[in-house]
Amino acid sequence: MTRSVHPALIALAVLVFIFLVGPLVIVVGAALSDTSYLTFPPQGLSLRWFENIFEIAAFRRTIVTSLQIAFISTGIALLIGIPAAYAMNRYRVQLPGWLSTLFVLPVLVPELVLGFSLLKSVAVQFTIPIYISLVIGHTLLVLPYVVRVISASLAGFDFSVEEAAVSLGSPPLKTFFTILLPNVRSGVIAAFILAFITSINDVSISIFMTGPGISTLPIQILAHTEQFFDPTVASVSVLLMVLTVAVMAIVERTLGLTFLAK
Amino acid sequence: MTQRLVLDHITAHYGSTRVLEDLSLDIAEGELVSLLGASGCGKTTTLRLIAGFLTPTAGTITLGGKDLTRLPAHKRDIGLVFQNYALFPHLSVADNVGFGLKQRGIAGEARAKRVNAMLERVGLAHLAERLPGALSGGQKQRVALARALVIEPPLLMFDEPLSNLDAKLRVDMRVEIRQLQRANGTTSVYVTHDQEEAFSISDRVAIMHQGRIMQLDTPEMLYQRPANAFVARFVGFENLIQMKVIAREGGNVTAEAAGGVRLSLSADRFGAIPDRFILASRADGLAVTDDPNADGIPATLGLRTYLGRAYQYQCETPAGHLLANGPLTRPFAPGTAARLVPVPEQCTILAPEDQNR
Ligand SMILES: Nc1ncnc2c1ncn2[C@@H]1O[C@H](COP(=O)(O)OP(=O)(O)O)[C@@H](O)[C@H]1O
Ligand SMILES: [Mg+2]
Repeated sequence: MTRSVHPALIALAVLVFIFLVGPLVIVVGAALSDTSYLTFPPQGLSLRWFENIFEIAAFRRTIVTSLQIAFISTGIALLIGIPAAYAMNRYRVQLPGWLSTLFVLPVLVPELVLGFSLLKSVAVQFTIPIYISLVIGHTLLVLPYVVRVISASLAGFDFSVEEAAVSLGSPPLKTFFTILLPNVRSGVIAAFILAFITSINDVSISIFMTGPGISTLPIQILAHTEQFFDPTVASVSVLLMVLTVAVMAIVERTLGLTFLAK
Repeated sequence: MTQRLVLDHITAHYGSTRVLEDLSLDIAEGELVSLLGASGCGKTTTLRLIAGFLTPTAGTITLGGKDLTRLPAHKRDIGLVFQNYALFPHLSVADNVGFGLKQRGIAGEARAKRVNAMLERVGLAHLAERLPGALSGGQKQRVALARALVIEPPLLMFDEPLSNLDAKLRVDMRVEIRQLQRANGTTSVYVTHDQEEAFSISDRVAIMHQGRIMQLDTPEMLYQRPANAFVARFVGFENLIQMKVIAREGGNVTAEAAGGVRLSLSADRFGAIPDRFILASRADGLAVTDDPNADGIPATLGLRTYLGRAYQYQCETPAGHLLANGPLTRPFAPGTAARLVPVPEQCTILAPEDQNR
């Protein structure tokens, strides 16, 4: 079956595509340039700026830190967010106002404000280690996404299915893992990926939470560009993209096929 | 295998709202009892109490002499069939049916064999590998039935299992359910708001209203001898005439209704008649006659409808609006002055309404 599509619509689609892919092409191109300054189109082809990333200790450190923070905060957010979303949908729990605000807040309020208030109230007042406050900050940052995405996938779930399992002899906790989770698997995967990407790309929260000795990759990229104008930042950006895609693929594979199946 | 279920003076609340009030129920081994009543009267709540998803505020539940009241739901060993099927969406038909066996540690060959045998019985063996999403409503309900039956529970419960199916399938499925239940001899509780469905498949029916059982009896008794005005209306008694005894003379009683209507009733036919009572009947409990001296209620006939076995008349009487049947041999024109004579076999005497509130 063929349908006629308005030419303007096609033009618009092409335009959107260019806007989406264009920056990627430019960044990848710049990263591969043989020059010692950022340029596009690339002049000469070389992988030396990728090698350069690993020669700079600060990049080596912050890549590890960023991955750790992203995994830990995403993990904690899932551990809190899944039961929270479950309780809210299953028992129609009316959360006290301040708590429901917490789940919405970071999406509504400019992140900068949250980062700043976190820095002030938490880190300084209680002299919390930088690493811990980074984890806390990122967890709070990604928690709303987790709760929302899981809630959305629970919204259509018929909870009498759980009761059916219990009546057939499956204890409630086991039922949660064998019946409920497999049915919101795609929601869990989506929440994981969304949270992970949000965390690993975050600047606004991290910029307040990082301090002497500990930094995250996006912050290190910023710091680097202040001093150097070489293609390293471009190659780091490409690396960040590759890492993100790799994590997405792994999550899809493991969560998708084994962890939650049966 | 099959066991007696006893609910003893159960009261249940949702929060501070009382949903069931002093409800008692005694279901014999192998018996199928229906809970029948309008939406919101507490049928599902009763099932949830028995299943263990809700704890009563007072009273006890015993199955086969064993007290279930505080036992967690997953240890109760009760087969449940839900209105919306509640199949596991991510498991195949075979795995859905095998789920209960798996929980009981029955694995491999043994499980597969029982699952297959059960699927054969409900005619779904060819769909064993399908996911529930790819089944029709009737097939889903069969899977739900198979899943509950395969664990051979001492008690089966159905919550409006057919209400999502179309009319033809509903009739077929209820016969199928009854046959399976009979074959296994499993004690069963069946919830429905459909009177025909309840009456057609039950040994006994409990008619519920606002969290209480108004009458628990065989379909025949409910249909012919409702115990109170609520049940009478429920089973289609159109004429409920409030009456007061004004004279007793030997076996005969003279009673008066609103508008000064007087009837003489024989105690031989009606048994003991209290001072205040309701004379209740369907349309065929009042016979239309144009004999002005008949001992009946004076009436002006209104609209006449043809029922096949009789003519039915809308009647205006001093005692209110009544429905009565007249002979096929003599159709009366609207406006005819007539008398409505109670047919004792088709009438029943009930306590006045305020006494059974
Ligand atoms: N989870 C609940 N919370 C509060 N009230 C409820 C809940 N479930 C049912 N009810 C109320 O309890 C009463 C009985 O409900 P239910 O047993 O579901 O009725 P039925 O199954 O006969 O339609 C109704 O008035 C209903 O509004
Ligand atoms: Mg119900």
